[in-house]
Amino acid sequence: MIELIAQNPIIAALVALVGLSIVFGGLLGFAAEKFKVEGDPIVEQIDELLPQTQCGQCGFPGCRPYAESIANGDVINKCPPGGQATINALANLLGVPAPELDAEHGEESEVRTVAFIREEECIGCTKCIQACPVDAILGAAKLMHTVIADECTGCDLCVEPCPVDCIDMLPVAETIADWKWSIPAKPGQMIATDRRGEVSPTVHNEDAA
Amino acid sequence: MAEFAVILVSSILINNYVLVQFLGLCPFMGVSNKLESAIGMAAATTFVLTLTAMASYIVNAMVLEPLGLIYLRTIAFILVIAAVVQFTKMFIEKTSPLLYRVLGVFLPLITTNCAVLGVALQNTSKDLNFVQSSLYGFGAGAGFSLVLIFFSAMRERLAAADVPESFKGAAIAMITAGLMSLAFMGFSGLV
Repeated sequence: MIELIAQNPIIAALVALVGLSIVFGGLLGFAAEKFKVEGDPIVEQIDELLPQTQCGQCGFPGCRPYAESIANGDVINKCPPGGQATINALANLLGVPAPELDAEHGEESEVRTVAFIREEECIGCTKCIQACPVDAILGAAKLMHTVIADECTGCDLCVEPCPVDCIDMLPVAETIADWKWSIPAKPGQMIATDRRGEVSPTVHNEDAA
Repeated sequence: MAEFAVILVSSILINNYVLVQFLGLCPFMGVSNKLESAIGMAAATTFVLTLTAMASYIVNAMVLEPLGLIYLRTIAFILVIAAVVQFTKMFIEKTSPLLYRVLGVFLPLITTNCAVLGVALQNTSKDLNFVQSSLYGFGAGAGFSLVLIFFSAMRERLAAADVPESFKGAAIAMITAGLMSLAFMGFSGLV
């Protein structure tokens, strides 16, 4: 057998390459078992960055399905509640340039809002309860409903189904607990001397003030 | 000991695979946009290069030479490289899913990084022994890492710099790479 291999260069070549392939294939098979990945950890990370309003404005039934879709290569600008901040965070995580928010899926609201039901007008139809993705509306058929303000994510989904239009989206008043410093201007505008003569009057005035 | 130092200096600086021998330019241009991903790519490629240099030495000395199959070197080494890269891919997918995602297609493309095959073939043509081969592979990886990380750091600054319109993007990157290559020519008289 060994003599046959040694004397026939073609058989020797075949045996050597097939042998090598089998050895490496075996090692890789072993490694594949050893380094098996359970689930997709990147989905968890994306899901954490999404605002968890479960509003469905992206076209998916909730934040997690959208996270799975992003992990499979979907665009990251479909989330109006998260707005530009979420898009930037996602772009940073995934190492892609940050696009603008896709206007097709809604606009980013300036202030955080919360739904409010004008209770004297409510007829108790339960349509808003079915629409609410986070179960923040309390009530029963033919009884007045109300919104649990702490649970409401301000997603607007309950406004549309209401037959008597008794739901308002009210801005959340700023309290001492959630007040934050306003974000300073972009880094390029912060140091006027770095802009080499391109200093615009508005920036200059801010600096002077 | 001095011999090992000479091998390292030679493979990292004097015969740098990217800037002097112009091998492995694809990831050098492709993954140098962000410093973070460049560091990941550098580590992955160094790992692959070292492991490939060792494995290809073993394959060459234990299988190909005894059987008189030296003419099969290229195909056998490509087999070795593909297996090592696949292993690295699994390893990174398990340990750092984010890096796995950032590197994307460039991770399996290490297989076709000509620096990897170049190291394996040069090791055999130079008749190096096992320790020298693996050191040479590691040195090539370290050299690749060095220039890739430098280059990506420069490109991050270039992204913020005021580059003339016609030089934006790949053009200024190519010019930068050329200037780096000129600078590395200065090492040629070192040993």
